[in-house]
Amino acid sequence: MSHFVFPKWTNTIRLHLTVGVVVTVIYVTLLVAYGASPKTTDVGYAPEQPIPYSHRLHVGELGLDCRYCHTTVDSSPHASVPPTQTCINCHEKIHPESEKLAPLRESYASGMPVKWVRVHDLPDYAYFNHSAHVQRGVGCMSCHGRVDKMEVVYQDQTLSMGWCLDCHRNPEPHLRPPEEVTNMTWNPTGDELKARFPDFVRYLDTLENGSTLDDAAVVKQFQRHLRIKNNINPSTDCSTCHR
Amino acid sequence: MNTTAASYLDNTGKDPTQRAPLVLGANDLHDVTDKVCGIIENPKPSTGWYVGMAVSLLLLAVLGYSVFYLFFVGVGVWGVNNPVGWGFAIVNFVFWVGIGHAGTLISAILYLFRQTWRTGINRSAEAMTIFAVICAGLFPGIHVGRVWVVYWMFPLPNQMEMWPQFRSPLLWDVFAVSTYFTVSLLFWYTGLVPDIASVRDRAKHRIRQIGYGILAIGWRGSNRHWHRYERAYLILAALSTPLVLSVHSVVSFDFAVAQLPGWHTTIFPPYFVAGAIFSGFAMVVTLLVPARKWLGLEELITLRHLENMNKIILVTGSMVGYAYAMEFFIAWYGGVHEETFAFISRATGPFWWAYWIMVSCNVIFPQLFWFKKLRTSLPAMMVVCLLVNVGMWFERFVITVTSLSSDFLPSSWGYYYPTLIDFTTLIGSFGLFFTLFLLFCRFLPIVAMAEVKMTMPQAHPSKH
Repeated sequence: MSHFVFPKWTNTIRLHLTVGVVVTVIYVTLLVAYGASPKTTDVGYAPEQPIPYSHRLHVGELGLDCRYCHTTVDSSPHASVPPTQTCINCHEKIHPESEKLAPLRESYASGMPVKWVRVHDLPDYAYFNHSAHVQRGVGCMSCHGRVDKMEVVYQDQTLSMGWCLDCHRNPEPHLRPPEEVTNMTWNPTGDELKARFPDFVRYLDTLENGSTLDDAAVVKQFQRHLRIKNNINPSTDCSTCHR
Repeated sequence: MNTTAASYLDNTGKDPTQRAPLVLGANDLHDVTDKVCGIIENPKPSTGWYVGMAVSLLLLAVLGYSVFYLFFVGVGVWGVNNPVGWGFAIVNFVFWVGIGHAGTLISAILYLFRQTWRTGINRSAEAMTIFAVICAGLFPGIHVGRVWVVYWMFPLPNQMEMWPQFRSPLLWDVFAVSTYFTVSLLFWYTGLVPDIASVRDRAKHRIRQIGYGILAIGWRGSNRHWHRYERAYLILAALSTPLVLSVHSVVSFDFAVAQLPGWHTTIFPPYFVAGAIFSGFAMVVTLLVPARKWLGLEELITLRHLENMNKIILVTGSMVGYAYAMEFFIAWYGGVHEETFAFISRATGPFWWAYWIMVSCNVIFPQLFWFKKLRTSLPAMMVVCLLVNVGMWFERFVITVTSLSSDFLPSSWGYYYPTLIDFTTLIGSFGLFFTLFLLFCRFLPIVAMAEVKMTMPQAHPSKH
C-alpha cells in the first residue's frame, strides 16, 4: 500500500462514535444530576439507633410536643438531643423492664449518654441556627417532614444549598404563626384563620380584592401577612451561612 | 537592502505596473511542496531546533514547578495583596490573549479582503494564535485559589443553585475566549487538511502514513472536496471575523466595567483591539524572522510579507499611541479629579518607569517603520518587534497595577511587589508557548502549501 487509506471498517466507527458520544454525555449528565445529588445520597438516610425509639408512637399517638425533648430548639442554634433523664421521667414507670430500653437503663446507671446517631448533619462550613427559624415561624415539618409518622427517623429533605436558598428566596409557603411551629398537622382553612387572627382580617381589608379571595388565596395572603408582620426578609448573602 | 547576490530575495519594490511575486526564486508548484514538506520529512531536525526545544522544555518545567508550588501553597506565593489584587496573572492573561489576535486577523479578515500575501504566513500565525490562547487560558485557570472548583467558572447547573455572575465581564470572558479558541482551532485544522494529505501521500514510514492519514480525514483532493473545503473555509472566516474584534473588547470590559479611575473609560474596547493586533503581529514577526531563516523558507515567507506586517505594526502602534494620548486628554477634559490624578500618577507616580517603558516601546520605536530601510531590515524589525512585545506586556501591567495601587482613597494606596514565582510563571508561559510552536514546526506544514500555490503564476496558466 503506497499510502494510508481508511480501511472499510472505519465507516461503522462513525456511527459508533456518534452514538457513543451522545450516550456518554447523557449518561454522565444523569449520573451527576441524579447520582451525586443529595436527593439520592442523603434523602431517606435512616441510621439504626441504639434504642428503637419511635417518633410515630411518642409524637403521633401520644402527642408529645417536639420541645418536650428537644428543649433548646427555640432558644439556641442547636436543637439538643434529650439527656437520658428526660426519657427516665416516664420510663422509670412505663416499661421499666423492657428489653429494648436496656441501653437507656445502662446509661442512667453509668451516667454516660446514649450513643444516638445523628440523622441531619450539615457540613461544618454551613452555619444553621434553629432558634432563628423556629422563633420566626418556620415549622419543624418544613425541614424534618412528618416526624409524627416516622417509626424510624429519616432525612426527609435534601438539606442541599439550593434547597436552603429556595426558601430563603421565597419563604412565604413555609411560614406559620410561631405558636404553631411544632404542629405536625397545621393545615388551616381561610375561615379558620380569619376567625382566629383579627389583625389578619384587618390586613385583608387593606387589600383591594381582600373580600373576594378564595380559600387557597386567603391562606397565601395569610403567609404574606406573616412575612410582613414578622419582618421576615431572609438574607441570601454568602456570609449568612458561610461565616 | 543591499543590491548583492541576495537581492532576488527583495520583493519590496514599488513598481505599480507589476504585482510583486509572493514566491521568489525559480520555484514551481512541486518545489513549494518539497520545501515545506522537506522540513517535517527531514529525519533529523537541525541543531537549532534541539537547542530551542531544550530551552523551551526547561522553561516549561519552570512553569510546571511554579504552578504546582502555587497549587500546594496557595495564591499567597504571588505578590497580589491589598490594594493590588490583580497582578501578573491578569497581566499575562491579557498579554497572551492579545498576541492571539494576529492569527485570526491574518487568516480571516485578510482572507475576506483577498490579501493574497497572507498565504505565506497564515498557517504559522494561526498556530501561534492557538498556542497563545492556550497560554492565556492557563492564567484564569490557576489564579482562582481553589483549583479543585475551577469548573465554577462555567455556568453548570448544581445543587447549590449557585451561578457565575452573569452581569460580570469575567464570565463573558470565559465565553469569549473559549469561543475564540474553538473557532480558531477549527479554522486552523480546516486549512491544514489538504496540506496534511500532501504530507500523508509523501510519507514513507508506516506510522507517519497512518498518523497523517487519520489527521487528513480521507482527503483525496477531488473537485467535490475542494468545493466543500472552500465553502467551509469561507464560513469559518466569516465566523472568526467578528471574533477578532469581540474577544479583546470583552477582555477590555474586565477593566472598563469597573469604576476605578484609569479603567472606567469608553475608549478601552477599540484601544485593546488595536493593541492586541499590534502585539500579535509583533509576535508573528518575532517568530518568523528566525524561523524562515532556520527552515530555509526565505523564498516563501518573503521580505514583502514581513514588510507588510511591519506596516500593520506601524498603523496599530500609532493607534495605540493615539489612545494613550486620548486617555490623557479625556482625563483633563472630563474634569474628574480622580481620573486626572490617575493619569498623572501613571506617568509620574510610583510606577513611572513602567509607563515610560510602555510608551517608548509601543509608540516611539514602531515609528521607525516609517523608514523603508528599517522596516525591510531583518535586525531592525527583530529589535523593534521584541521591544513591542515587551511594551505590550508593560501596557497591561501599567493598566492593571497603577490604577489598583492608588484609587480614590489615599489611605488605601500601596505599592505592588511581584514575587519570584510571579516571574517564573511568566517566563515559564513562554516555555509552554515555544514548546508548542517548535513541535508545530517539526510535525505540521508551517506554510499553507495549497494556498501559496494558488498565488503563483503557475496556478494561472492563461497568463502564459
